[in-house]
Amino acid sequence: MAADTGDDHSFGRISRSKDVAFEYLTLAATLVGIVALGILFVYVTRDAVGWLDWQFLTSPPHPDPYEAGFYPALVGSIFLMIVIALVTFPLGVGAAVYLEEYAGDGPVERFVRINIANLAGVPSVVYGLLGLGLFVTLLDIGYGTLLVAGFTVSLLVLPIVIISAREAIRAVPDSRRQASYGMGATKWQTIRNVVLPEALPGIMTGTILALGRAIGETAPLIMIGAPTTVFGVPNSLFSKISAMPMQIYTWASYPDTAFQYGVVAAASVTLLVVLLSINSAAILVRNRYQ
Amino acid sequence: MVREPTSGGGRGVSRRGFLAVAGAGATAGLSGCLGSNPIAAVGGDPREVAIAGSSTVFPVAEAIAAAFDEERSDVTVSISQTGSGGGFSNFFCPGMTDLNNASREISEGEIEQCGDNGITPIEFTVATDALTVVVNPEADWIDCLTVDELREIWRADGAQRWSDVREEWPDEEFEFYGADTTSGTFDYFVEAVIGEDANHRSNYYATERDRTIVQGVQGNRHAIGYFGFSFYSENPDSIKAVAIDAGDGCVSPSLETAMNGEYTPLARPLFTYAAQQSLAEPEVRDFVRFFIERAATDIVSEVGYVPITEEVRDENLQRLEEAVAEVTG
Repeated sequence: MAADTGDDHSFGRISRSKDVAFEYLTLAATLVGIVALGILFVYVTRDAVGWLDWQFLTSPPHPDPYEAGFYPALVGSIFLMIVIALVTFPLGVGAAVYLEEYAGDGPVERFVRINIANLAGVPSVVYGLLGLGLFVTLLDIGYGTLLVAGFTVSLLVLPIVIISAREAIRAVPDSRRQASYGMGATKWQTIRNVVLPEALPGIMTGTILALGRAIGETAPLIMIGAPTTVFGVPNSLFSKISAMPMQIYTWASYPDTAFQYGVVAAASVTLLVVLLSINSAAILVRNRYQ
Repeated sequence: MVREPTSGGGRGVSRRGFLAVAGAGATAGLSGCLGSNPIAAVGGDPREVAIAGSSTVFPVAEAIAAAFDEERSDVTVSISQTGSGGGFSNFFCPGMTDLNNASREISEGEIEQCGDNGITPIEFTVATDALTVVVNPEADWIDCLTVDELREIWRADGAQRWSDVREEWPDEEFEFYGADTTSGTFDYFVEAVIGEDANHRSNYYATERDRTIVQGVQGNRHAIGYFGFSFYSENPDSIKAVAIDAGDGCVSPSLETAMNGEYTPLARPLFTYAAQQSLAEPEVRDFVRFFIERAATDIVSEVGYVPITEEVRDENLQRLEEAVAEVTG
């Protein structure tokens, strides 16, 4: 970037100003992300003032922006998260244990490993189509239901859970496994008593972060036909559910500008707060054991 | 991620213990928040009313569902905006929804499709809408259009420039924003304005989201669009409604002119269709009855539509009770 005044041999002329300039350049690169997040937060929080109150969190949607509430979407998202956690945790940890502890290094295993990494990068709308074709059309368990939404988003975050669980399991020192075998333990006993307890905090952290990603997803829910608006909370696994990002998307297209600014901002702040609490929970779990 | 072993097995036990307690605590905390509605009924038959269909009827349905929810919190009502036609063919006729909102009457083909799946649609009129033609607020040359001019603007191979319609209007190209072809608003506009001899133009921005039309028309001085009256009534300053002359002088769209029949031919009835088979379920029955009764009240005018008259309401109720009697027998 700057004019190069030094000769091309060895390190060139020593330039303190270049050194300092590079430091500031990298600092600027760091700040772009933080500042963008800060501006976003300031803007939505400013718009949400006066809208985000207890009534908003405990009421159903309403055409009047002053009476509109977020309750069904909030509860829908929480239920969705419980279903996703129940599905992805056993499947993700199971797959990770197999890949790390049992599977060899043959071509099939390598193929599976590479593809799990690829799956983590598939766009969410494609998973939505998969959910629509598999759960709604083929298995016919109803469009837009809690179960279908939970399964679809589970498929989406499963690769992330598997990858982080594998890393946690790989981080368990091999000497511990050897010690366990040396005591006469079987493979299962070793995994159960040595590997999993040691890897659990890492697995939990990965799973919680994946859940955080899951509750922000909108595209798969739109694809499986989640309703625009739901009144009331789900009373069975086959209930239609709303989720926070779906409701925000719906409100953003309402004609009344009070919806487009105030109500949408209040809902966005709620979603961000829930997301950040999930991420902080992950950090707490990790720090507790480091 | 890499953690060195810090101590012996004793630590491991307490760690597991902590995680178990934390997990249990989190679950208990969640169910505490949910209060009166725990996850008691896992599986089983949900008590719910599923609605899909027209985005024009959506505000009416939403307002009524919100009122219903206050009285019957044990029933979950869900509404999807799919367009009238999209709702019939993808949700209602395959038997996936209980009600379908429509901004036009159900077509022969749709009745047939429903019949093939053993679904009998029962029609209820729930409101009247004034379909509104809008232009940019800076378009000071236009206040009124005749129906013929409107057809000339929106038919295929019709006017391309404002000056093609009236010579004194600017020599600028139109930018068109209209309802999507899956929308009942589109179908009604074709029926009332374009007629059978011509086709609706296909080179326009077609959308199911009215807000997109508002933004498009606001953004271009020479744009023109159309949608339901409620969206205009919420934004009367940011967009300009055009009066329509059907031969008896210019009439502006409003709740009054739509109600007294002066605003022709764009005042139109809005419907909801109930699947007769769904009426066997008590919560669907209760909701439809509630819907019809409230459709005759101010709830409807508050969201920018004309409520039905008491006669229409009574006709609807009679049709409902007959259908219910048949299905519960």
